Amino acid sequence: MTAATLPHRDETTLPRPVEAAVEFLRVLARRPSGLIGFIGIVFFLLLAFVVPIFVPSQESGDITQIYATPSAEHILGTDNAGRDVLNQVIQGGKEIISVALITAFLTTLIATFLGAFSGLVGGKIDTALVGIADVVLTMPALIVLIVVSALARPTNFVALALILSSLNWAGLMRQVRAQVLTLKERDYVEAARSLDLGTMHIIFREILPNMRSYIVISFVLAMTGAIYAQVALIILGLVPFGGKNWALMIYFANTQGAFYLRDAFSFVFSPILAIVLLQLSLVLFVNALEDIFNPRLQST
Amino acid sequence: MTPILSVSDLSIDYRSRRGPVHAVRDVSFDIEKGETVAIIGESGSGKTTLAISLIRLSPRAARITKGAIKYTNGKETVDIRTLAEDELRQFRWSECAMVFQAALNSFNPVINIWEQFGDTAKAHGLHDSKAIHSRAEELLDLVRLDPKRVLRAYPHELSGGTKQRVLIALSLLLKPQLIILDEPTTALDILTQRSIIDLLADLKKKLGFSMIFISHDLTIAAELADRMITMYAGTIVERATVNDLFYRPRHPYSVGLLRAVPKVTGAMGSVESIAGSPPDLIRLPPGCTYAARCPLVVDACREREPGLLPVDTPAHDARCIRWKDVAAKIGTADVAVAEKVAG
Amino acid sequence: MIETPLIELDGVSRTFKVPGGTITGVDRVSLAIAAGEALCIVGESGCGKTTTGRMLAGILRPSGGRLLYQGQDVWEKKGHELSAFRRSVQLVHQDPYASLNPTRTVYQTLSAPIFRHKKARGNKDATNRVRQLLQTVGLTPPDDFMVKYPHQLSGGQRQRVAIARALTVDPRVIVADEAVSMVDVSIRISLLNLLLGLRNELGVSIVLITHDLAVARYFAQQGRIGVMYLGRMVELAQSEALVSDPAHPYSAALISAIPEADPLITRGKERVPLKSAEVPSLLALPSGCTFHPRCPLAEPGLCDVEMPQLLPLPGDTPRQVACHVAIRERQPAAELIRSS
Repeated sequence: MTAATLPHRDETTLPRPVEAAVEFLRVLARRPSGLIGFIGIVFFLLLAFVVPIFVPSQESGDITQIYATPSAEHILGTDNAGRDVLNQVIQGGKEIISVALITAFLTTLIATFLGAFSGLVGGKIDTALVGIADVVLTMPALIVLIVVSALARPTNFVALALILSSLNWAGLMRQVRAQVLTLKERDYVEAARSLDLGTMHIIFREILPNMRSYIVISFVLAMTGAIYAQVALIILGLVPFGGKNWALMIYFANTQGAFYLRDAFSFVFSPILAIVLLQLSLVLFVNALEDIFNPRLQST
Repeated sequence: MTPILSVSDLSIDYRSRRGPVHAVRDVSFDIEKGETVAIIGESGSGKTTLAISLIRLSPRAARITKGAIKYTNGKETVDIRTLAEDELRQFRWSECAMVFQAALNSFNPVINIWEQFGDTAKAHGLHDSKAIHSRAEELLDLVRLDPKRVLRAYPHELSGGTKQRVLIALSLLLKPQLIILDEPTTALDILTQRSIIDLLADLKKKLGFSMIFISHDLTIAAELADRMITMYAGTIVERATVNDLFYRPRHPYSVGLLRAVPKVTGAMGSVESIAGSPPDLIRLPPGCTYAARCPLVVDACREREPGLLPVDTPAHDARCIRWKDVAAKIGTADVAVAEKVAG
Repeated sequence: MIETPLIELDGVSRTFKVPGGTITGVDRVSLAIAAGEALCIVGESGCGKTTTGRMLAGILRPSGGRLLYQGQDVWEKKGHELSAFRRSVQLVHQDPYASLNPTRTVYQTLSAPIFRHKKARGNKDATNRVRQLLQTVGLTPPDDFMVKYPHQLSGGQRQRVAIARALTVDPRVIVADEAVSMVDVSIRISLLNLLLGLRNELGVSIVLITHDLAVARYFAQQGRIGVMYLGRMVELAQSEALVSDPAHPYSAALISAIPEADPLITRGKERVPLKSAEVPSLLALPSGCTFHPRCPLAEPGLCDVEMPQLLPLPGDTPRQVACHVAIRERQPAAELIRSS
């Protein structure tokens, strides 16, 4: 056995970035569905954030080509004003994914913090927080979202993300709390307490790292939830701002009556397909995530 | 007399990411009618893999790469490896039953004990509820439990010792010739261990079945075994009668094991751990697998793994080329090894 | 004890609420442990030994009685004095597979308390200290072990890391709760020797809790063994005295019942007959001496009326027993059973 290099104080589980990436891909390769999901996510991220840099948005269309069927010139056909559908799909991913990312981030942050704090502290504070979460959970989410949207009138997507995450956190918070309650009783947590390592250490170094996979999986699932919520709100016309968005494409397809036109098939179907494929990629990827975070699979 | 169980050259590999794990290697032994044999080994010795393979309960990742497991009942001999699924089910429990460790969740937690009996009986072809019930009562009496209380109870309501007795009773359902017990007294309290050991001795006398104990606990072998087998790194390193193995061991691992267990009564003798740890079962060293930890190791040991060599007492062999030197140190008196070997 | 005990349980009790009522897990146990002592607490499951150990370590608060450390009542202390006490008494857990955080390397686990309590200045110093600790617990070469995760270590190695972790804060007492029970037989002794070595070299008092009498006898060779039954301490004696001539009928029963790794001895052992194999439920304890329904020496009118106190028994070595009959006859129970 060769002598190992000495560790540093803030060394994280993954070794140097390159080794980490190789590890990651190797573990992912063992779960073909996860690999497919990962490729899908990368594809859509590139499509939504990188490709628009090179492909400018097409504002006006060719009126002579309304609802054109897919051809070499317009791979996904055109919409009701002759605008290229593919171009819209390329432009329309950024906003919807950004909102999903911010929402998932806020949701996970709130839920993890409240859940861990509540579980660790216990007592009356715990009871109160759980009570609040229960109330939020029993509210019919979509209805409330509709009402809040109508009242708050979000003018940009960050505001939309805030609204979405304000209701999302409750379920995850309870789950995080349940996990924390279990982990709290583990021998090594008890040892940390008797070694007087402090509450912050216990939360951030003993308990949360053992929930890493759980939190990341919840994050990805929160993204899928946020995408669905956005699509619902936008299709119902409750988000009063324009811009480019797959869900908006469906909304326009609806208001323009494209659902009833056979020629408009591609226009209606393309954004739906984009959303569905993205969701599928996220879910498939989640399957492989646990393997990645399991230290048992790291070094030999 | 044909032995009721004859295992020859059995080898079992487990699939793993780094390559096949050679969990059991070239194991051969016989069990005669009415005999009690203890297979003693620590974690990684292969004893549990061996035990569950004897009734083909191995997980899918385990593969028997060679060898035979032959059962004989009266005039009929069967190689369990060749049995079809339904024949196997008939064979299990009526020819050979297994008693698992009670502490390790061997019961279905959502059904009561009576239903466990029912399920087991039905799985092996008995469908008469009344007959099953009276047999269950008879068996629970035999293991000194109150049938009325126990049959109604759920597993979590029973103590560890009681659960172990129920498992023993379940194993006797179809009057098997052979019972395999996996760590029957581990994790039990002293007085409970004593009652289980006494019970097994009593049942053996009454019903005459053969027993195989799989354990890391030498004491159960000392109590109940006629013969003993020690296993290390997947293979047998010594086979002998119980007195020969305890007082006249000829393999350094057996010696090390005996010296590592302190006694409660009598002189304590010199007690010592075995240094080092067992070898990697995926990449086994070329020679004797015990060489890295053996106080008597010489160069010849590392060249080739020795076969089981007969030693100076009858029906006794050891996988060690220097068994004579072990014999010289240990001698032949009926005295515990720890007392004979100084320092 | 001649010298002032380092840590002492003074009539300590602990009750628990369970469905069905309240049970007394530990009932008025008094135990004084000197600095540098090796003591063993032995008993079957449910006897309260683990609860007693956890009360010693300050993890559980007694429902009654006092825990004294260096003469002072621990639970009267506040804030940082209480934390200082907790660090002085460390617990090593039973299960090597649960005692270490699986997401942290050995170095991370050991360095956290070192940094927290400023036992080192900077990374290099901390690394050296971790090296020293690993060498003390026999995990050499230390640099190889520092970068490993718990799943890469064997059970015995994990226990050694757990012991090293306890040592990071320079404790005066280590409570090992069944710390060798889940480890392979052939290396139990080396772990026990490690603990005894800590006592010899560092003067740390070690309290070993176990259900295995053979382990107890080996560990407490130069110390005492305390036997517990249903929450009470029923005997407290020097190890060899207990094993050769147990004073309490329950100890005698245990010693006669334990199977030994020696066929001639174990098959020829004379058993102390117990009147009943049933252990009473803690919810329905027998009156007087809780052992009387099973005890071969029980006398009606005496043993079922009054709970016996742990009192000194005359003999070559100091020993205490909680048995009316043994105290009255001034003889260990083993003798009395033999002669009857």
